Amino acid sequence: MDVTLVSKNKGIQPLKFALWAGFASIIMMFIALTSAYIVRHSAGNWLEFKLPNAFIFSTITIILSSITMHMSYSGFKKGSETNYKLFLIATLALGLIFIMFQYQGWQEMHHIGVDLDGNPSGSFVYVISGLHAAHVLGGLAILTVAILHAFSLKYKPTEKRLLRFQLSTQYWHFVDILWVYLFVFFLLFR
Amino acid sequence: MSTQNIEVREEVDEIIEKNGYDDHFHDHHASDKYKSSFVGKYIFSLDHKMISRQFLITGIVWAIIGAAFSVIFRLQLGFPEADMAWLKPLLGKWIVLNDAGIGSISQDFYYALVTMHGTILIFFVLTAGLSGTYSNFLIPLQVGARDMASPLLNMLSYWFFFLAGLVMLYSLFLSTGPFSGGWTAYPPLSALPQASSGSKGGMNLWIISMTLFIVSQLLGGINYVTTILNLRTKGMSMWKMPLTIWSFLVTAILGILTFPVLFAGVLLLLFDRSMGTSFYLSEIFIQGAALENVGGSPILYQHLFWFLGHPEVYIVILPAMGIVSEIMSVNSRKPIFGYRAMAYSLMAIAFLSLLVWAHHMFTSGMNPFITNFFVLFTLIIAMPSSIKTFNWLTTLFRGNLRLNSAMLYCIGFVSFFISGGLTGIWVGSSTLDIPLHDTYFVVAHFHLVMGVAAFFGMFAGLSYWYPKMFGRYMNETVLKVHFWITLIGAYCIFWPQHYLGLAGVPRRYYRFDSFNSFTGWEGVNEFITISAIVVFFTQLLWVFNFFYSMWRGKKVTERNPWHSNSIEWTTPIIPPHGNWPGKLPKVERWPYDYGKDGKDYITQITPYAEGEEVIAH
Ligand code: HEM
Ligand SMILES: [Cu+2]
Repeated sequence: MDVTLVSKNKGIQPLKFALWAGFASIIMMFIALTSAYIVRHSAGNWLEFKLPNAFIFSTITIILSSITMHMSYSGFKKGSETNYKLFLIATLALGLIFIMFQYQGWQEMHHIGVDLDGNPSGSFVYVISGLHAAHVLGGLAILTVAILHAFSLKYKPTEKRLLRFQLSTQYWHFVDILWVYLFVFFLLFR
Repeated sequence: MSTQNIEVREEVDEIIEKNGYDDHFHDHHASDKYKSSFVGKYIFSLDHKMISRQFLITGIVWAIIGAAFSVIFRLQLGFPEADMAWLKPLLGKWIVLNDAGIGSISQDFYYALVTMHGTILIFFVLTAGLSGTYSNFLIPLQVGARDMASPLLNMLSYWFFFLAGLVMLYSLFLSTGPFSGGWTAYPPLSALPQASSGSKGGMNLWIISMTLFIVSQLLGGINYVTTILNLRTKGMSMWKMPLTIWSFLVTAILGILTFPVLFAGVLLLLFDRSMGTSFYLSEIFIQGAALENVGGSPILYQHLFWFLGHPEVYIVILPAMGIVSEIMSVNSRKPIFGYRAMAYSLMAIAFLSLLVWAHHMFTSGMNPFITNFFVLFTLIIAMPSSIKTFNWLTTLFRGNLRLNSAMLYCIGFVSFFISGGLTGIWVGSSTLDIPLHDTYFVVAHFHLVMGVAAFFGMFAGLSYWYPKMFGRYMNETVLKVHFWITLIGAYCIFWPQHYLGLAGVPRRYYRFDSFNSFTGWEGVNEFITISAIVVFFTQLLWVFNFFYSMWRGKKVTERNPWHSNSIEWTTPIIPPHGNWPGKLPKVERWPYDYGKDGKDYITQITPYAEGEEVIAH
């Protein structure tokens, strides 16, 4: 991404601002889906089922991954190259495990007879968690690029690399918080 | 086309040289890489001015296609008995011949035309064509930036739009035809491939196209907001921005917040279509067989759709409002009346537009108690809207009016906005809307207030900024002829539709002669169709003027031909990449100092004179 200009107004860096504007639209998309869920939920004929246990594990995993991401980031900033690289890989691994748990969760739902094309209560969980997983996959791609950078470039926390890393970190935390919100939402509206 | 005029140094250059802000832009030779090749300059251009022209020309092509569709379905409505066999070579099997060899438009095709007309005009022309053109062109030039925050995302925004268009275009050539269930794509028609021939492949392509379009809108919108908030030049505080910029900012924010909701709605639709889910489907019998879907609700789709759909109509009109405010002030040689009130009402309209979506659903069986809430907020929108209207009228009042084409289009805009806005109050009241819903009354309402008004805003902007875009003028006489015919013609088309609607004639019907209650309007319908044909050909005249003037129009010799204050006119006649050849201008004052202290105009970069009164606006 190339920015022709540096911001002349002090304050937030333009690309960071753009990323947050992007978050706003992703949030609106999930608000739309969860509102549709609430509206449909209140209309009755709603199949209640227990959320798969794998979702609990996946929630723990993704929270852990945020912590490792943060440790990698502070390693990068404070000059600890090993922490930076190690925790970055740990984050990627936890991200992959998260996706595996999600997949296992869908399997569990399938085994208790809740399928995508059944009662909308199940369809909603599939679609919403699936769409979230797609955003995590995007995050995994970003992490992969970050790791490639970490190992191919000489370690040097320049302004430009710091910014790039901050953008990646923020996106990762965002998809983490998003999942926690969705998980709590699913628990509350059974 | 790009003959660089030899520029004389002007006073503004001296001011920029003396006070301007040096961002060392030209030290990086950043401009060189943009000039490299034909492909880099005209096709995969990263320059906001070229991207703006790409949006504009693509929009014009779509406008011609969409308008031609309306002429064809108007022929059906005005002359249902006429022989259409002459269209057979062009439309093939969509023209059905009877035993006597008399051709008529097939019913499926009629619905496809109506649907595509709406989709194309609202999304491709009045959203991408309008915002894409003006936000791209004016934001960097009027806030004093070298380019957009991310030229790359900006270019992608255009190419996603282009792809969305290609997909939609392709759907026109499917053997089952494009989608035909109305631009709002309500289920179950849109959710069940077996519902109609347009609901098959055409609907899949409609969904793909809309998804690409939403991506384009988000990339564009995020860029516009970022640029406006972060890349303003020195001195350009928010309250020194021209109203155009205010309107683009509010529009882009609205788009960022609402297009994702449409995506959510369309995503669930896609699942219903292809994965057997029942988000929108319940207990449906089709061709004698019961479907398995239970528990869905088509009303859910309407909520999701209109949560975008209503803000969308403001996404269309707000940029036009900004353009009109700017041009009207310049051509009245007076400050815009109530500058802050104008900006605040843009924000109020945008905010309220998020709370009124269900006024499109008064007949969907909503709880009447909830209806009240939506009626209330809908009617409150009339307040900021009328503040704006009164401010335009007051700006004109006792102005030193220059009635050039740009100004005429602005006045036309206000006229249409009033005529269409007043009927908004009718349909906004649920008691009146229940009988008027889905009649020609609604068609008249939104074509006047949105369709024609937004087009006039777009025409005004092109008369006014064409010299900056292409270094030449369009032919003014042709523009005036176009203005008068279009103004009168549009009223001839849409005014009578109010009466049809009041008599209960429903919209989107193929023909009316099998219903006794809707007969008796044949003459009116013929009149409307003839007017539509006249207006259509007048638009082609405008298009001809547009392209002809690019090469043959009168050359611009003056840097600031309209004697305007805003800073895009301090750039060279054909702005280079990076917009200003040297330093960036520093802004000293708001853009509307016209007629202050006996001076005709004072540009935004002119420092306050000694003892000059600084008015807080
Ligand atoms: C005073 C302001 C306005 C009010 C109170 C208002 C109210 C309404 C209502 C209640 C409807 C639904 C009618 C029905 O389907 O039965 C409607 C339709 C519509 N309005 Fe407005 N409106 C206003 C201004 C506008 C503006 C400024 C625009 C566009 C720039 C606009 C564009 C539309 C469109 C496109 C539709 C039709 C959508 C469709 O069903 O295909 N309206 N309006
Ligand atoms: Cu509306």
